[in-house]
Amino acid sequence: MLTLLQSHPLLAALIALLGLGLAFGAVLGYASVRFRTEGNPLVDQINQLLPQTQCGQCGHPGCKPYATAIAEGGAINKCPPGGQETIDALADLLDVEPQTLDAEHGEEKEPNVAYIREDECIGCTKCIQACPVDAILGAAKLMHTVIADECTGCDLCVEPCPVDCIDMLPRKGGIEHWRWELPVPSENRKDLIATDRAAA
Amino acid sequence: MLADYALLLAGTVLVNNFVLVQFLGLCPFMGVSNKLETAMGMSAATTFVLTLASVCSYLTYTWLLVPLDLTYLRTISFILVIAVVVQFTEMVVRKSSPLLHRVLGVYLPLITTNCAVLGVALLNINQAHNFTQSLFYGFGAAVGFSLVLVLFAAMRERLTVADVPEPFQGAAIGMITAGLASLAFMGFAGLV
Repeated sequence: MLTLLQSHPLLAALIALLGLGLAFGAVLGYASVRFRTEGNPLVDQINQLLPQTQCGQCGHPGCKPYATAIAEGGAINKCPPGGQETIDALADLLDVEPQTLDAEHGEEKEPNVAYIREDECIGCTKCIQACPVDAILGAAKLMHTVIADECTGCDLCVEPCPVDCIDMLPRKGGIEHWRWELPVPSENRKDLIATDRAAA
Repeated sequence: MLADYALLLAGTVLVNNFVLVQFLGLCPFMGVSNKLETAMGMSAATTFVLTLASVCSYLTYTWLLVPLDLTYLRTISFILVIAVVVQFTEMVVRKSSPLLHRVLGVYLPLITTNCAVLGVALLNINQAHNFTQSLFYGFGAAVGFSLVLVLFAAMRERLTVADVPEPFQGAAIGMITAGLASLAFMGFAGLV
């Protein structure tokens, strides 16, 4: 067999490449069956870009359902908490034109955190039921309070409160929110290059 | 014996660095180095694939192409081997470790077209490496690639906030920085 192949180099090349291709195809075919994964990875990727406020301002019950809707071709500009940044990231991921935020679903705001004025709280538990991320702690007829790290600033607890004791305060910037400020373009930078100077 | 491998490794990582000295794999070097995070993901994925592809292509060459006297088919066979290794790795990683897949996921398919991978496979043959040498050569190339990619990404993160003259902004200053980094790596030439 080997001598036959060596005497017909063209045949040997064809058989070798074909065999290699078939063997690799078999390996990949086996792997795709053996390592099959459930779920749509696109939904997960979209869900990761959404801000996870679970606020429902998009008209869906949470971020994951909205991600599913986007994956099926829904509009990407319905998320006010994420703002323009999220829309741009989604447009980048899905390779579509970036849009502006749909005003029907609300405006973009700075990230907030809910704060309960504790001496005014009557302990009605209505805000606890409204909270989509279980960030409010308390029991009936006892004072409630917000776990600030868990709060997504979705505003859903403000409406149900019968005594209006919940404020939405701007979230304080910590060390992890620190950004290196971009340099202010200096006035004389244009003078560095001769052609810039000529144009100006 | 061990010293030989240490020399081979150091030589591949620093002296004959694939990106800055041999100028292979430049597209991911320029393309994925804008953010440190993505650069690290790409480095990890490349390290994995490069080592594996180096060994697999060596085995294909020694056990299939040499006995059949078909060494002239090495380029096309290696492309086939690399594509399959990358695809297979992606499937296994996606199934076994969703976390790792999230880190490496988008970079794995990109590596198929990374010329450093094919370069390692072909250079292994040119330099008549044996199995262990191929392993170390592939790994060394990957470490060298990772090293310069991460270093370069860190520099580019600094560059985005630097006061760069208008005509040099963006890719231009990136190219200049890459050139300077390459000059710096030339300094390793006498090491091994």
